[in-house]
Amino acid sequence: MEILTILIPVSLLLGGIGLGAFFWALKTKQFEDPQGDAARILKTDYDDHPKP
Amino acid sequence: MALAEEFGTRSDAGHVSPSACPACAVAPSAERLAELSRPVQARLMLSLPTAHCAACMSTVENGLQAVPGVQSARVNLTQRRVSVDADPEITAESLIPILAGLGYEAHELDPGLLSTTETDRQGRELLMRLGVAGFAMMNVMLLSVAVWSGAGDATRDLFHWVSAAIALPTVVFAGQPFFKSAWASLRVGRLGMDVPISLAIILASSISLFETFNAGEHAYFDAAVMLTFFLLAGRYLDHRTRAVARSAAEELAALEVPRAIRVVEGTEQTVAISALAVGDVVRVRPGGRMPVDGEVISGMSEVDRSLLTGESLPAMAAPGTMVAAGEINLTGPLMVRVIAAGRESSLHRMADLVAVAESTKTKYTSLAERAARAYSPLVHLLSFGAFGYWMWATGGDMRYAINISAAVLIITCPCALGLAVPAVVTAASGKLFRKGLLIKDGTALERLAEVDYVVFDKTGTLTLGAPMPTNLDSLPSEALAVALALAAGSSHPLAVALARAAAVPPALVTDLQEVPGYGVEARLDGQTVRLGRAEWVGATQAEETATYLSVAGQTHAILFADKLRPGAETAVAAMKAAGLRLVLLSGDAPAPVADMAARLGIAEFAAGKLPAEKVAHVKALQNQGHKVLMVGDGLNDTAALAQAHVSISPASALDAARTASDIVLLGQDMAPIADALRIAKQSTRRIRENFALSAGYNVIAVPLALMGLATPLMAALAMSASSITVSLNALRLR
Repeated sequence: MEILTILIPVSLLLGGIGLGAFFWALKTKQFEDPQGDAARILKTDYDDHPKP
Repeated sequence: MALAEEFGTRSDAGHVSPSACPACAVAPSAERLAELSRPVQARLMLSLPTAHCAACMSTVENGLQAVPGVQSARVNLTQRRVSVDADPEITAESLIPILAGLGYEAHELDPGLLSTTETDRQGRELLMRLGVAGFAMMNVMLLSVAVWSGAGDATRDLFHWVSAAIALPTVVFAGQPFFKSAWASLRVGRLGMDVPISLAIILASSISLFETFNAGEHAYFDAAVMLTFFLLAGRYLDHRTRAVARSAAEELAALEVPRAIRVVEGTEQTVAISALAVGDVVRVRPGGRMPVDGEVISGMSEVDRSLLTGESLPAMAAPGTMVAAGEINLTGPLMVRVIAAGRESSLHRMADLVAVAESTKTKYTSLAERAARAYSPLVHLLSFGAFGYWMWATGGDMRYAINISAAVLIITCPCALGLAVPAVVTAASGKLFRKGLLIKDGTALERLAEVDYVVFDKTGTLTLGAPMPTNLDSLPSEALAVALALAAGSSHPLAVALARAAAVPPALVTDLQEVPGYGVEARLDGQTVRLGRAEWVGATQAEETATYLSVAGQTHAILFADKLRPGAETAVAAMKAAGLRLVLLSGDAPAPVADMAARLGIAEFAAGKLPAEKVAHVKALQNQGHKVLMVGDGLNDTAALAQAHVSISPASALDAARTASDIVLLGQDMAPIADALRIAKQSTRRIRENFALSAGYNVIAVPLALMGLATPLMAALAMSASSITVSLNALRLR
């Protein structure tokens, strides 16, 4: 059962990375226009980079 | 900051390109400097109520970017807005026709009024707490599964300790909204929904911590965190619905960009209405709305009072005439001396009246409040009862008794109750928003479902306020040709409608000139021909909206009827089919009202109603026990809108009317009202079902908890199963 001393911190770390990613997405305003972003990916016009 | 960043990337790009002189990469080129010192570009906001798909976004963005001077345009499909970065000389008015050409109705928005930052921050905070609670829930749940499947002794204690380390900070951070509102309601001596919730969370956490210290078997850390997560989910949904409604309401307010043209010593300057003072002189262009209450000092014109009184017939304005804010100037420019502006104007006084009417209106108790009122004392009673009984039965085993009362609190499962209403309201208002209806108030749908009587306004509500000539066939064709030629010389709405409707070539007239306030005159074969007001032309006034033509010594009346709002017939038919009683109350003359009622098949109608009479009518219906839905747009409807059980107004309505109503129709089409009635009925039924479902779970689980048979596993199962059932039931809305 000594493996738990590694596994528990590892699982917490992985979860923490997910939580960090969520905070980052929240900070960079990725939830501003969910509907538009969902539709934008299907647009047919070509663009090199996302619009500001 | 943004400028610095931009500059940084630019000089980087300069670095990469092979450059002859090293200094060039360091010192920005003259061209670059010029670009940087360009005046700060203006950001324009336009609302696009009809945008709905990926193709719309491309069309709008590409169309706007093709306009010289526009740097970038970005559509926000969720909020149905486009924000445009453009050179200062580009104005929103110049973009509206371009968007109209692309097939999209657009309105200018005042970016200053769209301060959504406060709600934005709140929403983001809630979302962050939800994220933390979700993270903690997953991890604690993993550890709990091991305990449920039989981990014993040291392993179990270790897992409990790790769970505690995750759960306790989470509860402290994520549970704050509940603790705060529970504390607030306790301080005023009320027992809100948040009191049992907070009690359950705190009791579960502390009893679990105590058990962990003493190497106990049962810890409820997972339950405490799960409770927080599900309740936060409900809270977030609730917040989002309200935020969407609020930002859209702000958007409606921002639609009216309040500007006026002030004339000081012969020079004109455009100023904000708030900057006007009593005694200032303002110029009102034909087609413009009166910004203030005032007295006409020069100019002749006609004013359209339909928004204020419901009259469809324009009134004459000459020096000395009093005009009120909100009236529309039709034919000639007017100089108006301000008598009352801003807060003092009649428009604002009306809005204040509405505020008073709303605050005295008996508050509607929502289904959720009624449920909470029945639920929270019962929960406390059960929990304390269990505590007392087990204290007595075990002969004073405090630890066991508290354990059971905590289990009872957790199992009574307020999560499903907390989700029951927000899930349904979110689903329903999302559905209605896509159909073009904005629900401004969370309980509006519940109230709409109870309606059995519908009161309509006519001008601007059932009609578009756009007249159409009705008797062109009965006119001699020579007269029609002359009328057409005269109509081409005016921008009066009746003249414009006439010019658009007739299909004969106009006669050749000379010396065409508009006489503001009266009509248009010209010479035809040496004779004067006139089109305009009855007394000026020498005709007798008809009862309907009409304009009069005098040609060759004869007069002809050209009658007009208002164009029906699209979808009005569908909506009225659907309401009649649903068994609602309809009545048409209008401030207009009897003839057009009767005509409109007959066209739509509305049996009850009344004409010439003053604002106060409309309110009295609604009140009388309410006293008879009817639940009244009021549909109206004018200032004369505002008080009635506030008085009615629930109210709907179109987006074209005056600010005050929209503020007073619970639901706003965003597009021109009226047919969605029928959908709204159907969806409201359905969602009320779903809410009731949800309450029944969560009560059902309690009926099974609570006796077990009272008997001391509940385990943390059972609590977790009951909680998640009931929350998921309730959410799925909400999604069944069609």
